[in-house]
This record gives sequence, C-alpha cells and structure tokens, in this order.
Amino acid sequence: MSRARRRSLAWAVFALLTGALAVAAAGCGGSSKSSQSTSTSSGPTSIGKGEGALNLIEWPFYSDPSFANKFVQQTGCKIHRKDAGSSNEMVALMRAGGGGGGGQWDLVSASGDASLRLIRGGDVQPVNINLIPSWNDFIPIFKSPAHNTVNGVHYGVSVQWGPNVLLYNTTKVKPGPTSWAALYDPKYKGQITIPNNPIQIADAAFYLQHSQPALGITDPYELNKKQFDATIALLKNQRKLVKLYWNYDTDGRAAFANGDVSLGAIWPVDTLALQAKKVPVKEVIPTVGATGWADTWMLAKKAPHPNCAYLWMKYVTQPKVEAQQALVFGETPVNPKACPFMDKIQAGSCAKYHLNEPLAYYNTIKFWKTPIRDCGNGKNDCMDYNAWQTAWTQVTG
Amino acid sequence: MRSARLRLSAALWRRPWLKLGLLLAAPVLAFTVVYLGALISLFISAFWSIDAFTAAVIHTWTLDNFKILWNDHTYWRITGRTIGIAAAVTVTDAVLAFPLAYFMARLATPRLRALLFIAVLLPLWSSYLVRIYAWRTILAKNGALNWFLNGIGLPDTGLAYTNTAMWIVFSYVWLPFMVLPVYAALERIPENYLEASRDLGAKGPRTLRSVILPLALPGLVAGSIFTFSLTLGDFITPALVGGAGSSFIGNVVHDKVGQPDIPFAAAFATVPVVVMGIYLTIARRLGAFEAV
Repeated sequence: MSRARRRSLAWAVFALLTGALAVAAAGCGGSSKSSQSTSTSSGPTSIGKGEGALNLIEWPFYSDPSFANKFVQQTGCKIHRKDAGSSNEMVALMRAGGGGGGGQWDLVSASGDASLRLIRGGDVQPVNINLIPSWNDFIPIFKSPAHNTVNGVHYGVSVQWGPNVLLYNTTKVKPGPTSWAALYDPKYKGQITIPNNPIQIADAAFYLQHSQPALGITDPYELNKKQFDATIALLKNQRKLVKLYWNYDTDGRAAFANGDVSLGAIWPVDTLALQAKKVPVKEVIPTVGATGWADTWMLAKKAPHPNCAYLWMKYVTQPKVEAQQALVFGETPVNPKACPFMDKIQAGSCAKYHLNEPLAYYNTIKFWKTPIRDCGNGKNDCMDYNAWQTAWTQVTG
Repeated sequence: MRSARLRLSAALWRRPWLKLGLLLAAPVLAFTVVYLGALISLFISAFWSIDAFTAAVIHTWTLDNFKILWNDHTYWRITGRTIGIAAAVTVTDAVLAFPLAYFMARLATPRLRALLFIAVLLPLWSSYLVRIYAWRTILAKNGALNWFLNGIGLPDTGLAYTNTAMWIVFSYVWLPFMVLPVYAALERIPENYLEASRDLGAKGPRTLRSVILPLALPGLVAGSIFTFSLTLGDFITPALVGGAGSSFIGNVVHDKVGQPDIPFAAAFATVPVVVMGIYLTIARRLGAFEAV
C-alpha cells in the first residue's frame, strides 16, 4: 500500500469512529432527558426485608466495623464501602454510570457542600423520615436543615457534624489567636494552611460579615456579586500568606506535625490526632462562631438495596451508635441522647465535642450548603457554586 | 470436515493478507475503541456545557468552554506553569541522566553496570505515592534536609510546599525513564567511531559534541517524551508537595470533574493533548522514533 493511500485509510477509520461516537453520544443525550421525571413521593411507608447487601459511598470510618458489624449481624446487609476523599469525589461517584448512584450505590454520606448538588441533579431520592424513629430526638436544627431538606421534602437523614476550627502551634504563635482575623494577618505569612475547597470562600465571607458589616452579608453561603467580589479580593490577599492549601485533612495535619505551618483552618479530628502525637497545638472557635460541616446519609435515586439503606439510616442514628461513630471519627452526633453513651466510652467526651451546648451555640455554626443562584430574596442574584468553583481556581491556581 | 479445514487453510495460505487481517482484527479494534475512543469522546464532550442549576450535561454544541479558557488568565497561568515545570524537569533529567547513562554504557564493568541498573530501577519497585510522601518528609521544615543543613551550620531551606519542591520531586520520580533510553542510544554507538574521531585528532569535548551527542540525541529525545508527558499529565505531585499557586492542568481537571463540570474538564484536558501533539511532531523531526 502506498503511503498516501495508507494515510487516507487512516483518516477514513478516524472519521468513521468519530461519527459512531457522536451518534452514541446523541443517543445518550436523548435517553438521559427522558429519564428526568421528578418524583414527588416521599418514599415507602414501611421498611421491608433487607436485600442482603448495602453499598456505601462514605467518608472514611463512616461505617467503621467497630459499630457496623452489629448492623450486619442484625440485618444480614453486607456492607460494601467506597471511601471518598472529598465532596467533589462523592458527587462524581454518584454521577458516574448515568447518575443517581448508577444503580450501584445505595447511600452517600454527603456533606452540606455536596448535598444540594445531588438533590438538584436528581441523584438522590426523597426519604420517608417517619421510618427513622431517632429523627424525633435530633437537635432541632438537624431535623430539616437547608442542606438536605428542600420544600419540606427530606432527601436523607443527618448523621454527624463538626466545626471548622482555628488551629495553632502554641510554641510558635504567641499569644494564641482569638479571632479569624489571624488567618488574614500578614504577621503569619508563610505559616498558614487553609482547606483547598471552594466552600472555603464562606469562611472569608463569614469573617467579612463581622469585620465589615457595611457589606451586608447575612449568610456566608448567599453572596451577591458585590459581596462575592469583596470576599474574593480578601482571599487573593490571603493567598500570599498561605503556605499550603490542603487537599486532605491528613495533609494539613502533616504540615502542622512537620513544622511547615503554625496556623490554619482544620477539623477537630486533626487537633486530636496531633495532640495524641504530642504536637503542641491548640484549637479555638472564635466567639463569633465558625463555619461547619454536617453530613447526611442520602438515598441514591437508583439504590439497588433500599431496604438495607433504610435499615442503615435507622441504625446509625440511634444514640449508642451515634456515640460510637462520633468517637471513632472525632465529630459530634446530631442526636443529643448520645451524650451519656459518649461519656461512658470516654469520660467528658460529650462536653469536649460540644454535644451538651444550648441551642444558641449551634446558631453560631454556619453549616456548609451548596451556594445557589436563588437565595430566597426573590432576586436570583446570588453567586452559584459554579462561580464559587471558578473563583476558587482563580485564587489558588 | 477434514476437507473443510484443509480448504480453509489453503484459502488462508493463498491470501496471506486475510490471515494477517484476522490475526490483527481484535487488537486493532480494541486499540481504536478503547484508546482512541476515550480520547474522541473526551474531545466531543468538551463542546457541551452544563446546566447551572442541576449541573446536568447539556448536549448542544458550544465553544463556551474554550472561550472561558482563552479569556481567563488563570488558565494561561496554570498552563504556563505546567509546561514550564515539565520542560524544567525534562532538561534536569537529561543533564542528570546523560553522564550516568554514559558511565553505565561505556565505562562500567558488567558487575557495576548491573548494580547501577538495579539502583536506577529500584525506586520503580515502590509505589509512586510512597516516593512522593518520602520527599515530603525530606523537604519538610523539620525534615531530613534541614536537619542536615543545620548540622553543617546552614540555615533552613523553606523548600516544602513550593514549585521548587515539585521540580525536585518530578525530576526524581521520572529520572529512570530518561536514563534507560539514553543508555540504549549510547550503548549502540560503535567503539570504532570514537577511535576514528580520536585518530582524526579530536579531543574528548570535540568527540562528545560531534560524535556522541548527535548519536545519542534520539535517545535523549525519546526519554524527554516520557519525562515531559508524565509531568504534563500529573496532578498528584502538585497536590501533595505543591503549595499555594502550584496547580497543574490536571488539578483543575480533577476539581472540575468533581464539581461536576465534565465538559469544562474535557476542554481543559485537550490542552495537554495539543501540547503533546506539537512536542511529538518536533521529536519526530529530531529522529526520536528511529531509536524506539
């Protein structure tokens, strides 16, 4: 075969293949559109017999065998777990295979920065909260929070939460900081670590809410263009001070342990891990409060084992199991009845994790929720998550 | 039955192209569908967009993603950083690998050569992640490097979580991929070429410049394809040893897939494909594929 002919043949194969793929892609488009019917039912009226298996997308340890084994024994639902490293990874896993969990996953332990994306994307289905008795005991703000309940429809059940705390090295930062202002203070240039997550924009907005009342920020997740631009300007200045934007909290933890950073935003679980390794660190939650994450077990739209999923939601929200999970992960239950069980496992842990606080305390924690354009003022002028993600890339990239 | 088999084998014997075609059909199909198919579907989805509210993919053709990439200097900065560090790593590895490969190919005793081969390849036995984490421990403020420097009276380096740290780690992890092709190229240079050069009065540097380097060039270029493309597509090293302002194209793609905005991720992912296309064209001109 001559060279020219060989080349034209190669092009023909290439063109054919491109054409075939375009047709296939168009086909996919059609089918996904037809399946976008929205369900308005609120789930089943009773929990049937378990299907023998339960597939979870979870934060590491969210179905730790120390408390999950008993569930497996009781229900016969064998747990297959997929640990996710970030909220984005969770959304991507749920979206894979045509969305709705792809017919593979039953539940996802989504944080507030992912949950609304899953609800809007039609990846999760309504849950009948009456089938989860412990729900009635929850701290009121976790019963129907904005990050998992839309128009009165529950898309899952709250499970645990934690604040984002200000952590500092007590030998290097003296006196210890008492305000979030420390994270924007040039004094600490090159010693700061911040989570690498677009939702972190809310932390800066929360700081501006108190330091610049003129901007009129009332909710750090609902920012109009002007408020958003002011927040991003603050973050661009902060970038010059930041040593590391941590991707996994264990990376932030390592930076504290190795002395690379001495001040930063991180989670209580990391404080405990560092203190256990005798790293001289201390965490503070400034008096104005903090942002925080709250996780929800959400039911995938195409869940193959819905009965096991309901059995699991019922199981993990019981006081004793809530206490066990809280102490395995280093977080706080949403069920206050877990308090005595926590103290039984580890004396004083209920107070340490702030489970015994009055409601006023919870109001100072601004829980993650996915920013959307419609933020309830009728003007549809809030910056959505896409804008947050783009701005975050501009700040950190 | 027997005659049918005979007839089939006779038919195949008369038409050798048919035999070849049947043998190659399966691998060629797998290659085109799995390998090229993935690339093409990526390229197609780059022209789609997402619904701002549901983040569902909208299957209508648009150039919006490419317009955003073109107009926002953030993506130029990230692309520039990615290509710049990939180029720096390639040059560093070439400079480090050449003398080592030369020594292994032409000077070392067989026993020493075997030992050096093991030394070069040994890191590849461990996970890539382990090696990156090891470097993070070395470069950390309380790490081995600063401990050593302080020991001999020098100050801390402050290398942890910087672009320099990425450059060092990349240069380390991809070095074997440069040493091996350069070694192969140097080993193939006939000894009498060097003798002829010497006979004609050329000293060492002249022989190196006029004989060895031109003959080793295809090996260097082949190695550079590995080091350049592996760095260009990486996102783990920037995530683990990079600091503020260390994002690579791969990190943005990773974030965008998770958002999820797969069309934008696909659009940005075409940039390294184009860069590699240009690089491979230049490499072919330089004769890199004659050495493969």
